[in-house]
Amino acid sequence: MKMLWVLAMKEIRDGLRNRWIAAAIILLGSLALALSLLGSAPTGSVKASDLDITVISLSSLSVYLIPLIALMLSFDALVGEFERGTMMLLLTYPVSRWQVIMGKFLGHLSILFMAIFAGYGGAIILMTVFTGGSLEGWQAYVTMMLSSLVLGAVFIALGYLVSVSVKERATAAGTAIGLWLVFVVIYDLILFGALLMDEGQLIGQKLFSILMLISPTDSYRIFNLSMFEGVSDAAGIAGIASEAGMSGTLLISVMSLWVVIPLMLTLFLFQKREL
Amino acid sequence: MVTLNSASEVISLQSVNKRYANEAVLHDVNLSIQSGECIVLVGHNGAGKTSLIKMMLGLTRPTSGVIKVLGHDPAFSAAVAQGLSLGYLPESVAFYEAMTGREVLTFYAQLKGASKVECVKLLDLVGLGDASKRRVGTYSKGMRQRLGLAQAMLGNPQLLFLDEPTTGLDPILRQHFYELIDGLQKEGATSIISSHALQEVETRASRFVILKKGVVVACGTLDELYQQATLPVRVKVTVTPGQASSVAERMGSSVNVTEVNNQSFNLSCDMHEKMPIIRHISNLGDIVQDMQIMPPRLDELYTHFMSGNPS
Repeated sequence: MKMLWVLAMKEIRDGLRNRWIAAAIILLGSLALALSLLGSAPTGSVKASDLDITVISLSSLSVYLIPLIALMLSFDALVGEFERGTMMLLLTYPVSRWQVIMGKFLGHLSILFMAIFAGYGGAIILMTVFTGGSLEGWQAYVTMMLSSLVLGAVFIALGYLVSVSVKERATAAGTAIGLWLVFVVIYDLILFGALLMDEGQLIGQKLFSILMLISPTDSYRIFNLSMFEGVSDAAGIAGIASEAGMSGTLLISVMSLWVVIPLMLTLFLFQKREL
Repeated sequence: MVTLNSASEVISLQSVNKRYANEAVLHDVNLSIQSGECIVLVGHNGAGKTSLIKMMLGLTRPTSGVIKVLGHDPAFSAAVAQGLSLGYLPESVAFYEAMTGREVLTFYAQLKGASKVECVKLLDLVGLGDASKRRVGTYSKGMRQRLGLAQAMLGNPQLLFLDEPTTGLDPILRQHFYELIDGLQKEGATSIISSHALQEVETRASRFVILKKGVVVACGTLDELYQQATLPVRVKVTVTPGQASSVAERMGSSVNVTEVNNQSFNLSCDMHEKMPIIRHISNLGDIVQDMQIMPPRLDELYTHFMSGNPS
């Protein structure tokens, strides 16, 4: 446990030193503030609360942003140390390979935690001070923050898998961008394209639900839009998720699998690797 | 923490082979290292010294053969498996560039369970006390090497792996470094050093392992190596002026006489011929004024094993 802590603290200090954490907090915080200010405009006479609207717009944006931040943190984590030669020395210390991976993971997750909770959290506190907020709105918002952390964990784990599989840092960077495009843009494009072409012949509701569910980014979207009544009313998708049999637990479990499986694969490849 | 008993086997290698792709890096290496020994690995670049060290550290696995470090397979978690305090200085050591010297050493100290006081002490010892607050990225090669030494020394290691430890060190630091090693050695540490600087390690090594293209061509103490090498012993004989050529002619056929001049000549002979020749010369009486015996030099020994075909 102490080793994990030492390794995690190193990553956190690195993040503080190179202003990574500061930059991420400012980015996420200003976006959340901007969206919540914009968000208060269109609510008008509709009953939707400001916070609900903010959860919708912010989670739609987080789907793009959080994976990007997570991948930028993680793509270099292993291949960078292989390439520079620091991993070789590290492994002669009394740490095992799983501790190296998990220590880094805890460190990067903490960085993401700070960015999300200071950035998004700071914004909601300001918002509540100025416009007030309902308890349910708060719950939806905090749940959104937590699920964003899980989404981030997915892409940290995927970033490690890229990092352990390639030989050069440049390849890792390119692959990470490709991965981001696939999960955030291309998968959905293909899915909806196929749905349009198909016109309900082959892809029934069941298959469609499964295809949505296996994508961690879609799981994240559905989770945030459907978990709270206020939010799902405002998003205009009330009851859709529960009709399709997607409970919050199921959605989070799917996302957790996306964390665990890439981490296990990373560890497996790392164990085999010779330095 | 495992403590090493005196004269127990620390590392053993049995018919170890290592291949990368189609290239054989090490071929059939057998070696047994006892605790307290100082083993020096000698050989050209690419002879397999670094590969051998990496395998003993568990960083790479042998293609075939068995490696045991304190009775365990070192593969992939050397330090953890044995809980042994171990120090390693890689050939060209790399650090986290953005951290300061002190941060780097503190990080490693935490992993080894060494104290912060020890870090400060070691930084001063290697002469980095003043530079310890600077980023490692700004360090020169020599400073990196010194930081490398400092991290290898953390936690009083009982097993030291040093890959070309003195490259980039100035003469004073070199001496300092060997004093440190001697200190650890006296406490019973075992060290494995790869080096080009034969003269430096000559007196410290308990045994040499000479590697050539992945094959151990010779292994043993300096004396044993001289025996194995069967290099000629040279004797310089000084005689009464004018008598050199006549004395030289009486040396017999088993010796090789060179550089005959008025008063002296050189002769060389096999190791086992040495004593009969010396007796023969001393029996010549007053005519012989002086006799100098010159054993083969270390670099000759090295060249012999590197170029010749080992017997």
